Amino acid sequence: MIFLQQTINALWLGAVYSLFALGYALVFSVLGVLNLAHSAVFMWGAYFGWLALTYFNLPLPVAGIIAPLGAGIIAVILDLLAFAPLRKRNAPRISQLISSMGAGLILVKIAQIVFSAQPQFFPNISNLNQTLPNLPFKITLIQTLIFVIAIVLIIVLRLIIRRTLFGKAIRAISMDSQTATLFGVPVERYYQFVFFLSGALAGIAGLLYALAFNNVLPFMGDSVALKGLTVIVLGGLGNIEGAIIGGFFVAALETASIALGGSTYRDAIIFILLILVLLIRPQGLLGEKRVERV
Amino acid sequence: MFGISESLFQFLLINVILALSIFITLYAGIFSMANVGFMALGAYTGVICTQNFGLPLWIGLIAGMLASGVCAYLLGLPILRLHDIYLAIATIGFGEIVRIFLLNFDNFLSFIYGTEVVLTGGALGIKGIPKISETWYLLAFIAFILLIFHLLGRSRFGRVLIAIREDELIAGGMGIDIVKIKSAVFVLSGVLAGAAGVFSAHLTRIISPGIYNFSRAVDVLAYTVLGGTVTWVGPVVGASILTALPEFARPLKEYNQIFNGLILLFVIVYLPNGIIGPKFLHRTLGKVKKIFLK
Repeated sequence: MIFLQQTINALWLGAVYSLFALGYALVFSVLGVLNLAHSAVFMWGAYFGWLALTYFNLPLPVAGIIAPLGAGIIAVILDLLAFAPLRKRNAPRISQLISSMGAGLILVKIAQIVFSAQPQFFPNISNLNQTLPNLPFKITLIQTLIFVIAIVLIIVLRLIIRRTLFGKAIRAISMDSQTATLFGVPVERYYQFVFFLSGALAGIAGLLYALAFNNVLPFMGDSVALKGLTVIVLGGLGNIEGAIIGGFFVAALETASIALGGSTYRDAIIFILLILVLLIRPQGLLGEKRVERV
Repeated sequence: MFGISESLFQFLLINVILALSIFITLYAGIFSMANVGFMALGAYTGVICTQNFGLPLWIGLIAGMLASGVCAYLLGLPILRLHDIYLAIATIGFGEIVRIFLLNFDNFLSFIYGTEVVLTGGALGIKGIPKISETWYLLAFIAFILLIFHLLGRSRFGRVLIAIREDELIAGGMGIDIVKIKSAVFVLSGVLAGAAGVFSAHLTRIISPGIYNFSRAVDVLAYTVLGGTVTWVGPVVGASILTALPEFARPLKEYNQIFNGLILLFVIVYLPNGIIGPKFLHRTLGKVKKIFLK
């Protein structure tokens, strides 16, 4: 009974983590860089959704479109300011990590100035927090919604990457961007598409996360940012399937450690896992071993 | 002194030590975000020495440096095998683990001893630390470090660091013991950060795990990025500017984080060697000459 309930909790939380980590992994797999501002985009997605829902009183489905759209646009701007100039110069990957940290700092501070550091709530979604009736476990409507939306998006993303020309192009770029250019792939434009897609995924994850906990904060990205790192490292940096499995794994670990030992060591366990995976299996759970060549 | 209050000057000096501690790792091509974690370990060790055991500051300082140095050595053994982004992620994880460790240290001790133990004070931290760091201690300490850096820079060790930074594989092929050198650099960086922790704890008079968070680590990184890592002058200048400037321009103080974010973003993009790099200096000096020699 308790086990069933914890499994349900891990499933919907894992769905949000996966959705968030997918954007991280997508950018890493195509561009080979870690976008540390991803969590700030996630937070902005939540704020766009909040604005649509409570400020403009729009219905939930509309907010569900505005949040990823707005977050996607922010991610494209991020690319133009923080990544594109460094890419052009062929700067080391660490430089892009640093510039993305700077960009994340700016985005969080802007949110703090615009929306204040106080948490904002969603007053008119009480029907979403109702528990579904006649089930052997407790799950609210929003949690079910989160799980369904996340699974649908994950499947759609997989189809896009595996079946469409767009997916073919970004897979080609991730293998070898120079060769892709030679074959006529407009690499720079695809980078912006990838950033948009990654931002949109973060945005929808942000909105869902904020709805589930019924609050939005400028700092809400912080805890997810580091968990997201663990998720993609666990899945093998840049591995899309790995990010999904990693998301559910981290959520399961988190719910299990809360259920067993209280919440005090929850985060410590996740970060110790992060370092252990980096040391023992840096290619992640699903990745193949890579040999460094001179 | 130049309209800078003494306490601001002291914090400036502490930030200079922190910037130097991150500079030495970057100089050897190691991108580590672990410095604030070492700073926290140093601060807690030092404060426990002076407050709980009534020892003088210099013993606390040595104990703090020793604690963070030993910890850096032990952490470096496994972690320094990792490279760029992987190393960055692992050190970010380490910072979080230190924070969680300090947060729960009392619970842990109480659990072992079976009685309530208060040593680190959990989330509230330690209050009422004697304010015994003097400005001249800090100045003497920095002078001593800079002397060491200056001597090291001209020695074989300094050239070895550059060799490792430029190409680790070739450096290894030339017979340089990379593991040993990297671990020495990491320990040196940890010791410096630990010293900064002890000094700052005896200035602010209050420490808690919350102040050693990720955004503090990013701030410290901004000092070094602004100054550049060409010579040790870079981090000194960078830390001085970023600590003192917000005091003179009030709006900057309000938007301190944005300012640091902008620095990280734009200095990395447009001035990869920082303001104390040959390119920027050459350009600025050229302009100054043009103005005056006309």
